[in-house]
Amino acid sequence: MSAVDVHTLSGAYALHALPEDERTAFERHLTGCSPCAQETRELAAVAARLGLALSVTPPPGLKAAVMARIGTVRQENPRTAPLRRTAARSLPGRAAALSHWVAAACLVAAAGLGGAALWQHQEAERAQDRARAASVRLDRLAEVLGAPDARTHRASLPGGAGGTVVVSRERDGAVFAADGMARPPAGKVYQLWYDDAGTMRPAGLLDPERSTEAVLMAGPVDGAKGMGVTVEPAGGSPRPTSAPLMAIAFG
Amino acid sequence: MPEAVHIGRNPSTGPDLEELMSLVARGDQQAFATLYDAVSGPVLGVARSVLRDPAQSEEVAQEVLTEAWRTATRYRPDRGTVMNWVLTLAHRRAVDRVRSAHAAAARDEKAARLGHTPAFDQVQEEVETRLEREQVRRCLRTLTELQRESLTLAYYRGLTYREVADMLSTPLGTVKTRLRDGLIRLRDCLGVSV
Repeated sequence: MSAVDVHTLSGAYALHALPEDERTAFERHLTGCSPCAQETRELAAVAARLGLALSVTPPPGLKAAVMARIGTVRQENPRTAPLRRTAARSLPGRAAALSHWVAAACLVAAAGLGGAALWQHQEAERAQDRARAASVRLDRLAEVLGAPDARTHRASLPGGAGGTVVVSRERDGAVFAADGMARPPAGKVYQLWYDDAGTMRPAGLLDPERSTEAVLMAGPVDGAKGMGVTVEPAGGSPRPTSAPLMAIAFG
Repeated sequence: MPEAVHIGRNPSTGPDLEELMSLVARGDQQAFATLYDAVSGPVLGVARSVLRDPAQSEEVAQEVLTEAWRTATRYRPDRGTVMNWVLTLAHRRAVDRVRSAHAAAARDEKAARLGHTPAFDQVQEEVETRLEREQVRRCLRTLTELQRESLTLAYYRGLTYREVADMLSTPLGTVKTRLRDGLIRLRDCLGVSV
């Protein structure tokens, strides 16, 4: 294939319309042709605009499912530049004096880097601890969401807020995700309940800071017929003290 | 006759998504939830356009969004907007799926697919989306028929340029150039720059 021919493939490439072999060949060509790479980036951006015009409203359960999945997926590490090592050398006279300054400057730089590296290391450890604790919770959450018998039930409130609950009788668990709920008033908290044929059983509190996250409802589903959300004093209540904001039947 | 609407900022280059993405790259799930709200509609739209089947489209959308989380550190703002990046992932994934699954069956379906127009129905009625759609439609109308048909079949149906050539009974070389000059004309009409 001539260079001119290869060049005209930028359109087909940006549209993912090349068969595998030609795609690989074109990518090889791109590495040596920066105007082609620029053009290809632009045409890919145009293709994305074609996609943007297709926006549809995702079904309510999709967000909970994706949020649960990302909780179990480890992110790729960022690519970092390797630290350079400075070779120590003995130098005569003025060069040696100068080298002291250089060495001192290097030490300061190294201290800075060492601090940053230690901080990064501690951050990473903390993140790992958080991730480990979260992953235990999320394993159970993913288990419920992924159960073959999982059923999604949804309720909408006037004003656009709502909630989605995914119930698996087989795994005896339920996952709830609120959607567009206002922060609870100061000193109050949203509490979840299982509805055992009219008797409300506590099923955990929603963290007001992370109100968009899907949460695993505390306790087994057992024979619950539905779930509800109430506003309770901070810390929660053994029994609802207010009418439910939202009630979702598992029917 | 409706006036052409000028959109102050290009909807695919909102600055907040780039900022969100840097938080997502550091493992911020809350930031990801916000990113999800911005990109999930278009991602699912692209998947549905190419795959047609709602269940498969949702699966692909889930995979793409999870992939965006997993590989967030690979995103480079100097290579384009977050929306471009995610939609490129989505289109690529949908096309891969349709090609592997339909390798054989697609031959019979081609005629049926040719009859479809892009799935501009089912769209959420958000102002920004509506404006975006209007603009893309308006610009698609400025293309020649062959440019428009080639682009539509390749992007919205996920066909290779060889399949497009086959369907439109047009020489390969012509389809290749039409895909390129059609996109270039769209780029100028939409004012896309990278």
